[in-house]
Amino acid sequence: MLRFAVRRGVLALSVAFTVSIIAFVLLHVATDPAEALAGELEDVDLVQQLREQYGLDRPLVVQYGDWIAGLLRGDFGESFYWRVPVGDLIVSHAPVTIRLALSSLCVTILVAIPLGMAAAMNPNSVIDRFALSLAVAAQAVPNFWLGLLCIILFAVMLPIFPVSGDYTWRHFVLPSLVLGLSSVPYVMRLTRAGLLDVMASDYVRTARAKGYMTIGVLMRHAMRNALLPVVSVLAIQLGHKFGGSVVTESVFALNGLGRLALNSILAADIPMIQTLVFVFALIFVVLTFLADLMNAWLDPRLRLG
Amino acid sequence: MASVSHAAEPEYGLSPAALTRRRLRRHPGFLFGASVVLVMTILAVLAPLIAEHHPYAQDLSRRLMPPAWSEGGSWAHPFGTDHLGRDYLSRMLHGARISLIIGFCAAAIGCVVGVTLGICAGYFGGRIDQLVSYLLTCQLSLPNVLLAMSLVFFIGPSVYVVIGVIGLLHWHYYLVVARASTMRIRQLEYVTAARAIGCNNRQILLSEILPNLVNQVIVIFTLEVGSAIIVEASLSFLGVGVPAPTPSWGLMISEGKQSMFFLPWLVILPGAALFLLVIAVNLMGDGLRDATAPEGRA
Repeated sequence: MLRFAVRRGVLALSVAFTVSIIAFVLLHVATDPAEALAGELEDVDLVQQLREQYGLDRPLVVQYGDWIAGLLRGDFGESFYWRVPVGDLIVSHAPVTIRLALSSLCVTILVAIPLGMAAAMNPNSVIDRFALSLAVAAQAVPNFWLGLLCIILFAVMLPIFPVSGDYTWRHFVLPSLVLGLSSVPYVMRLTRAGLLDVMASDYVRTARAKGYMTIGVLMRHAMRNALLPVVSVLAIQLGHKFGGSVVTESVFALNGLGRLALNSILAADIPMIQTLVFVFALIFVVLTFLADLMNAWLDPRLRLG
Repeated sequence: MASVSHAAEPEYGLSPAALTRRRLRRHPGFLFGASVVLVMTILAVLAPLIAEHHPYAQDLSRRLMPPAWSEGGSWAHPFGTDHLGRDYLSRMLHGARISLIIGFCAAAIGCVVGVTLGICAGYFGGRIDQLVSYLLTCQLSLPNVLLAMSLVFFIGPSVYVVIGVIGLLHWHYYLVVARASTMRIRQLEYVTAARAIGCNNRQILLSEILPNLVNQVIVIFTLEVGSAIIVEASLSFLGVGVPAPTPSWGLMISEGKQSMFFLPWLVILPGAALFLLVIAVNLMGDGLRDATAPEGRA
């Protein structure tokens, strides 16, 4: 187990490192930060002055080394636009996004897993068809549009939940529903398929033959095995929720990391964006690493792989 | 999702292709999806002929007219007009072009990248496989939407840039499937036979392995068209996709957002079109999967 953890840890670290290079190179190839910052003015002197001021005239490798060395020291650089340390902005915006990501994960779990279980217990029944249709619909609906429909509905017809801002828990209800629904199809299908597989297995048949009630068989024998793959998918979905926060936060005017990212892009704030891309990737890497560990702990066969 | 019905008619004696066609004809999801996609494609192709108004033509005296079926609307503008007095139906018809073109082209770029990498990883194995798998892990860790937004914004928003960026960021699904299938096919007799008669790697890859991946790749292609359409709409909605005044459905929703409380149709109509198109494309993909690989159906 320890060897497995160490090997996965090294892999996660190297992925994080590679991703930081990719993010840095892609952004610097796509644009010249100084020109993007100077904007429409096309002022050659200004661009040159900005280059010198921010050290953008140095070779790319040196700039990258500078940035990554700063990251390792916990110094994320200074935002071009807000003129404060990038780290401070990320720390002050993170709580909203973490709250949104976790509460929408709860929505996903509460909707997808019971529904997947009910569908697998009654294949081809009304509830199975309902679950599968919901999956098809949720997969196809554009998140931002669903958000706007909720706003129209709840602001005009049913004013029980506030539709913009992030002041109380009530502000998080609609965004979490919308963001949570987007992961329902994957988790629900996986729960259903996993449970169907397990229900067809010999040990479940044996347990039934021993006279267990169906629900007892389900809980004691089937669920534990069927939920193994769901654990890692949930971790991946939680990672996607951080990335997906960009759209949802902008629709519901939540002032989190996603909104910060959009505003940084529109302000051509390269240090901010490259750090945010890296932070989102890092969150994803850490989550999948934890999911790997948890799976290996639950299922010893995986430790060999 | 309805399953393929196995009617009393015998299935033996038919070629695999005929069998697939028959299964598709009896798959309600596929039929619905394919008809919607077909109708939308025809409307998109014929948009300049059908649309009564130019999608960019402004008429500031007729701003924010409601659609014909609600109070105050007129059949001169069946879907009403937007905040600049542009005919909404004409813009939506032209918007279908943008969605379909970006969806198909982006999915095609992703397909080329993903299938090439997947086949190489699956066929050669060893170091190449490790390298490609590592690349895949890195790609999956990157926040795709955020990266796409920044790249489109900084390179300069245009339809081509959106296609390129979405295509080059969405190839992992193809890779995973092409790699797994190639690993399986590589060990089959006909590949051994081809090698025995002296075919080189290129010949084996192109004429033995690639043709056997086509079915699976088409299924993924269809599903990726759907997701590329949604990504494009999201980017345009956030203002970092195709530039105004291009009639993209995502951009139209973003423009309609300003007036959505007294004219919700501005948001509802393009979104519903988007939803319908993506559902149709996905149902087509599901249908193709059911028809080409009935044994692997969940």
